[in-house]
Amino acid sequence: MARLPKPLGVVPLGDLAAYVEFSRTLDLEVNSVAQRLAAAIVARAVPWIRDVVPALGGVALHFEPSFEGDVREAAAELVELCMKKGLPDADDLGRRIEVPVCYDAEFALDLAEVAEKAKLPAEEVIRRHAAGQYRVLMVGFAPGHPYIGGLDPKLAVPRRVAPRALVPAGSVAIANQQTVVYPYAISGGWNVIGRTPLAAFDATRLVPSMFAPGDRVVFRPIGRRVYLELLEHP
Amino acid sequence: MSIRVLRPGLLTTVQDLGRHGHQHIGLCPGGAMDVVSLALANALVGNPPGAPALEITVIGPELQFEHDTLVALCGAEFKGGFPHNRPMLVRAGATIAVGRAARGARAYLAVASGFAIEPVLGSCSTYLPGGFGGFEGRALRHGDVLSPNEDVSRERFAALKRKNGATVRWSAPPLTLPDREPIVVHAIEGQHYGMFDSAAQRAFFDTVWRVTPESNRMGFRLGGPPLVRAAAGQSSDEILSGPTCLGSVQVPPSGVPIALMADHQTTGGYPRIAEIAAADVPRVAQMAPGATLHFALTSLQTARELRLDAASRLEAALRSIAWEYGM
Repeated sequence: MARLPKPLGVVPLGDLAAYVEFSRTLDLEVNSVAQRLAAAIVARAVPWIRDVVPALGGVALHFEPSFEGDVREAAAELVELCMKKGLPDADDLGRRIEVPVCYDAEFALDLAEVAEKAKLPAEEVIRRHAAGQYRVLMVGFAPGHPYIGGLDPKLAVPRRVAPRALVPAGSVAIANQQTVVYPYAISGGWNVIGRTPLAAFDATRLVPSMFAPGDRVVFRPIGRRVYLELLEHP
Repeated sequence: MSIRVLRPGLLTTVQDLGRHGHQHIGLCPGGAMDVVSLALANALVGNPPGAPALEITVIGPELQFEHDTLVALCGAEFKGGFPHNRPMLVRAGATIAVGRAARGARAYLAVASGFAIEPVLGSCSTYLPGGFGGFEGRALRHGDVLSPNEDVSRERFAALKRKNGATVRWSAPPLTLPDREPIVVHAIEGQHYGMFDSAAQRAFFDTVWRVTPESNRMGFRLGGPPLVRAAAGQSSDEILSGPTCLGSVQVPPSGVPIALMADHQTTGGYPRIAEIAAADVPRVAQMAPGATLHFALTSLQTARELRLDAASRLEAALRSIAWEYGM
């Protein structure tokens, strides 16, 4: 078994949370370890922890306000215990999510620009994006907003210089080495190359968020007709 | 038992202690900005501390009560003449106007048995950016009708000791109202404190910051000198987007610090220069635009002691209120 990377340290996140930091740069392997650690901590159902948040480079632990100890010490001890016992396998975490995406021009607001920057025909950008095997690295920024890793390096274009004031809900966008899905119409600077008809977040659903950290994701290209059908009957 | 909204006020929403356990899917806990005043208002009408109540912001609502209803208003002082920090039996048909805040920014109006609200993901809190929770996922409007869970008002009022007409002869202590300005807010060094040069670090703790009008339940933007980072000219992309918490003070490239409040984003890509001690968050929540504060550098240990002290003060207040109910 490969040795697990040790955390760089545990930093307080105020006096009611602590961040177990593994890396200051994006590393998919380390990110996966953070997710496995988060799963191990959740499985312990520690009564004084009310939120376990796997992030890009580590895990945040949010404590119950009634907790009386030192959050940094408590978090460090818990992490050590979990790492010693062994973490769950990455393959056993997360679900497999298939996201239907319509890459038609009316939704792919930045496809031409991306194609130009990547020096690829637009069809090739779509083909490569839809051929990828992805994993959700983190959900944040807005409820249900995933940061998804595994983008084809050929598609790694920077964010737009001027962010859009309002990116339509469901927009599928790329930047750097990641892809995102906008759960709501919010402002954002990622390059929009398609749109899914499914709601990434709905608080009234049994499972509110389509994405959770560790989920494996594929994008399935759909035409405009299927898009509209799914919009009506998800 | 209905309660009709004649005027909604500036921003009146249903809030409780928030929805926890969902930050990994990007959903912040939300809930009352000043959980201490929420707990006091609830205790005064005989409710558990986290029962859903109205969070009233700066300009209060006008409400009409169909039946005798036991209510309590805690937190900011409002000028409408409605008694603060004590239970009050509002008579059937009566109207109350909460008025405008004179000191503090937010008050909590609780009714005996709590407001009847369908919880979403375990909480009755209104999450405005997502448009769900609370009353139809939005702030109250003219004509809305709410109601308490149960008809227990008269019974509870009867149980109270030391009454005086429709109210009582005593009041609960205000625990979160700002003292003289600038108020002192204890803050712990944030993860990225070291990324700011020493001048910016000093400026953060020396400046008297002003809460600007561009502040809301998501965060308070603080007016003062822009805080410059050590390596100027670098983009925010260099910081790996990471977790935040209630009270995180993040500094975007503009240099204007933002203190994250109840409806904050769960992750962020801006450096966090500090985190406000949990004990002080309810006091910060009582700051209206224009109010001033200054940060005092605090150790994790001291922040923990402040938190335990605040908890025991609240506990003592809740115990003495329970005594008035003969509990």
